[in-house]
Amino acid sequence: MPLSLFLVQMLNGLQFGLILFLIAAGLTLVFGVMDFINLAHGVQYMVGAYLAAMFTALTGNFLFGLLLALPTALAFGLFLEVLIFRKLYERDHLDQVLATFGVIITLNEAVKILWGAAPLSVPVPEILSGSIPLIGGLRYPIYRIAIIVAGLAVGLLLYILVNRTKVGMLVRAGASNAPMVAALGVNIRLLFTFVFGFGAMLAGFAGAMVTPILSVEPGMGDNVLILAFVVIVIGGIGSVRGAFLAALLIGVVDTLGRFMAPMLLSAILDPSTASQTGRAIAPMLIYVLMAVTLCIRPAGLFPAKR
Amino acid sequence: MNETRSAPMTARMTGPLLVLDHLAKNYGALKVTDDVSLTVGATELHAIIGPNGAGKTTLIHQISGLAQPDSGRILFAGEDITPLTMAERAAEGLARSFQITSILPDFSVLENVALAVQGRSGSSFRFVRNASREEALNAPARVILNQFDLLPRADVPAGLLSYGEKRQLELAIALATRPRLLLLDEPLAGTSHEESARIIATLKGLKGTLGILLIEHDMDAVFQLADRISVLVYGRIIATGSADEVRNNPEVRSAYLGEEAA
Amino acid sequence: MTDAARPVEQSVPAAAPASLRRIMVPIVVFAGLAIAPWIAQFGTESFILSLLTRVMVLGLAALSLDLLIGYAGLVSFGQAAFIGIGAYAVGILASHGINGIALQTAAALAASAIFAAITGAISLRTRGVYFIMITLAFGQMLFFLATSLAAYGGDDGMTLPSRSLFLGYDLLDSDRALYYVAFVTLGLVYLACRMLVASRFGRVLRGARQNPVRMQAIGFSPYRYQLVLYIIAGMIAALAGVLLANTSEFVSPATMSWQRSGDLIFMVVLGGMGSLHGAILGAIVFLLAEEVLAGFTEHWHIIFGPLLILCVLYIRGGITPLIERTRP
Ligand SMILES: Nc1ncnc2c1ncn2[C@@H]1O[C@H](COP(=O)(O)OP(=O)(O)OP(=O)(O)O)[C@@H](O)[C@H]1O
Ligand SMILES: [Mg+2]
Repeated sequence: MPLSLFLVQMLNGLQFGLILFLIAAGLTLVFGVMDFINLAHGVQYMVGAYLAAMFTALTGNFLFGLLLALPTALAFGLFLEVLIFRKLYERDHLDQVLATFGVIITLNEAVKILWGAAPLSVPVPEILSGSIPLIGGLRYPIYRIAIIVAGLAVGLLLYILVNRTKVGMLVRAGASNAPMVAALGVNIRLLFTFVFGFGAMLAGFAGAMVTPILSVEPGMGDNVLILAFVVIVIGGIGSVRGAFLAALLIGVVDTLGRFMAPMLLSAILDPSTASQTGRAIAPMLIYVLMAVTLCIRPAGLFPAKR
Repeated sequence: MNETRSAPMTARMTGPLLVLDHLAKNYGALKVTDDVSLTVGATELHAIIGPNGAGKTTLIHQISGLAQPDSGRILFAGEDITPLTMAERAAEGLARSFQITSILPDFSVLENVALAVQGRSGSSFRFVRNASREEALNAPARVILNQFDLLPRADVPAGLLSYGEKRQLELAIALATRPRLLLLDEPLAGTSHEESARIIATLKGLKGTLGILLIEHDMDAVFQLADRISVLVYGRIIATGSADEVRNNPEVRSAYLGEEAA
Repeated sequence: MTDAARPVEQSVPAAAPASLRRIMVPIVVFAGLAIAPWIAQFGTESFILSLLTRVMVLGLAALSLDLLIGYAGLVSFGQAAFIGIGAYAVGILASHGINGIALQTAAALAASAIFAAITGAISLRTRGVYFIMITLAFGQMLFFLATSLAAYGGDDGMTLPSRSLFLGYDLLDSDRALYYVAFVTLGLVYLACRMLVASRFGRVLRGARQNPVRMQAIGFSPYRYQLVLYIIAGMIAALAGVLLANTSEFVSPATMSWQRSGDLIFMVVLGGMGSLHGAILGAIVFLLAEEVLAGFTEHWHIIFGPLLILCVLYIRGGITPLIERTRP
C-alpha cells in the first residue's frame, strides 16, 4: 500500500477521533461528576450541527454560523438540564437511561418537523476550502486539517482547564468522590450545571464542525453517541485523558480498519469474498477492541473512580 | 479453658483451623495490617480487641476474601486459601458476619436464612421447584431462627426488622451455612441488653463445636467467652494470651490506658 | 423488644388481597389474548391479528428483558440483538431453502446462546452503567454486522420467501394459526419463567440483586448465575425473533436497532418490572399507544417521546403495581 494513502487514512482517523473526543469529553465528565448517564448527549451534537447549518444559511458565513451556534447550543443544553435532567440526578441509572432515551426520540422528531427529514448540507467555508499536497502526489482537504487543529486546541484547553484551574480541580475531585466535595461546602449543583453546559457545548461544537463534511440529518447523533460510549468505556469513565487517548485509538482503528481489512483479507481470499468479509468485519473491530480492553482492565484504561 | 485447642476432629487436620501467616496490607501510606500472624484452633474462640481504626474489620475482610492482602498467606484447615474468592472460601466452611449489617432486605427473615442453608445444600442450578417451599431448606432455617427467638418474625421482610433483630439475623445467616470457622465482627454492637445476653448465650452454646474469631468492644463479653485474646493496635498484634495475661500486659495497658504505663 | 421496635408488622397480613389481584392481572391478560381472534373477526381481522401477534412477540422479548432487569438488576441495552439473531436465523436459513421451523428455531437458540455466552462473559465482569453501555455496544456490533451482510439484504434487509414450515406443512400461513403459535409460546415461556424466578436459581439471582456481597459471603458467586440467566434471556429473545420474522415475513437490521432495545426497556418499566406479566402488559400498552398515535400524525414520536419522559418522571413502578394497588 502506498504510504501516502496510509497517511491520508491516518489523518482521517485522527480527525474522526478528535470529533469523538469532543463528544466523549462532555459525556465522561457529566457521568464522572454527576453519576448521570445521558443518552441525549448525542442529541447535542445533532443540535449543534443543525444550529450551525441554520445560522450559516442565515448569515451566509460559516464562521458567524459557528459563533452563533455555540452559545445557542449551550443555552439549549442548559434548558434541557433545568427542564428534565435535574430531576434525574437522584434517580437510578435505569430511569436516567429511559428518560434521556425519550429526549432522543422527541428531539430527533422535532428536528424532522423543523428542518425536514432530508439531509442538509453546508458548503465548506471559502478560506478553508481547497487542499494541501501530501507526499506522493495525494492532497488533503484544508478543512479536515482545520478540524484536527481545532480538536487538538480544545483538547489542550480542556487539559489546562481540568488540571490547572480551581474549577478543574473541583471537577476532578467530583469525578472521584462527589459526596466528599459536596461535604466540603462546594455548591455541587452549580458545579453540575457548569459541567453539563460545558459538555453540551463541546458536543455542539463537534456537531457544528462536521457540518461541511457530513450531511446534517435527524438521528445523526445516535451512532456517534454509541461510539462515544465505547470511547469512555475504554478510556475509563470520568477520565478526560482516557477519553482523549481512547477517542484517537477508536478513530484510527475504525478508519484504518474499514480501509485495510478488505485489503489484508485479499491476501488470503479471492477479491470479492475479501471485500465482503472485510466490510463485515471492519465495523466490528472497535467493539472487539472494547471487549479486549475490558477483559484486561474492567474499569477502562484510566479509571477515575476508586 | 485452653485445652480444647487442638481437638483431633478431622483425621487429616492436625494443626490449627486457621493460620494467618505474616499478613500485611497497606491503604496508601497506612499500614492497616502490619505483619499479622495468628491462629485459631478448630474449636477455639479467639477474640481480637483493639481501639477504633486498628484494622480489625480489614483483617476479617482479608480472611473472608472481601479484601486481598498485599503479602502473607491465609491457611484454612491446612490449605492455602489466599487465592480463593470469597464465595469459594464460604463454600469451604468459612462464614462471617458484618459490622455494618448486611442482609437481604426484601426477603423474609426465613428466606434470608434458608438461602444460606441453600448455599451449603447441593447445587443451586435448579430451575423448576419453588425454593421457598423446599422443606429441606426451611426446616433447618427455622431451627436456627428459633435459637435466636426470631421464629415469630420468620415471615417479616428482613428490612423491616429492628436494629437488634437485624444483628441477630446477621448471626443466624452466618450459622446457617454450617461453618467450620465463624468470623464475627462486633456482633454485640448496638444491641439491647437482653439481645446481647441472648447472643452471648448462643455463642457459649456454640463454643467448642467450631472455631470462632470474635471481634468485640464489649470487654465483659470478651473476657467471658474467649479462650485466647489478641490485641490489635495500628495494624499490629501487640499481645496474645489468656484474659489474665492480656489484662496484665504492660504494652496493652499503655495502649488502652495511655498514661498509666507511660 | 418494645413494640416500637416492630413498626410495620401489622401491614403484612394486608398483603393477601393484593396477591389475589396479582394473579388476576396475568389471567385477564392471557384470557383477553386468547379470545382476541374471535373478536377480531368482527373488525379488520388480518390487521388486528397481525398487530396482536406483534404485541405478543415483543411481549415475549420484553419478558426476557424483565428477567434480567427485574430479577437480576442487569439493565441490558442490547436485548434487541437477540431478536435479530432469531430473525436472521429464519431469514438466512430460508434463503438457503431450509424452511422447517424446528431447524430454524434450533439454529436461532444455538446462535443466541453462543453470542450471549461470549458477550455476557465479558459484560458481566462490569457493573452498573458500564454494563448498560457495553451491552449497547455489543448490540450495535451485531447491527453493523447485519448491515454489511450484502448476501442477505445488507441495510435493506430481505423478504422471506415464505413463512416457516411446520413438519413440512404450511400451517403458519394462516394468520390465526401464527397468532396461536405466538400465544402458546408466550404462555409456556411465561409459566417457565414464573418457575425459574421462584426456583433456587432464581432466588440466588434475586438475592444477588439486593446484596451481592452477602451472597458471596454465604458461598454464591453471582457471576455464574447471572451468566446462565443472560444466556436464557438471550434464547427467549431469539425465540421472539423467530416469531417476529414469520409475522412480518421480512428481516432487516432495524429488527436489532438500539432504539428497539430502548423500546423493550420502556415496555418493561412501563408495565412494572419484576413481575413478568408487567412486561407483557407494557408491550401491549406500548404498541397500542404507538398504533393510536401513529393514526393521528406521522410525527407521532413528538408525542410519544414526551409521554415516555413523563412516565419515567411521574409513574414510578409502572402500571402493574398501580392496578394491584387500586381497590376494585
Ligand atoms: N477501603 C479503604 N481504603 C482506605 N482506607 C481504609 C479502607 N478501609 C479501611 N480503611 C482505614 O483503615 C483503618 C482500619 O479500618 P478498620 O475498619 O479495619 O478498623 P476497625 O479496627 O475495624 O475499626 P472499628 O473498631 O471502628 O470498627 C482505618 O483508619 C480506616 O480508615
Ligand atoms: Mg471495624
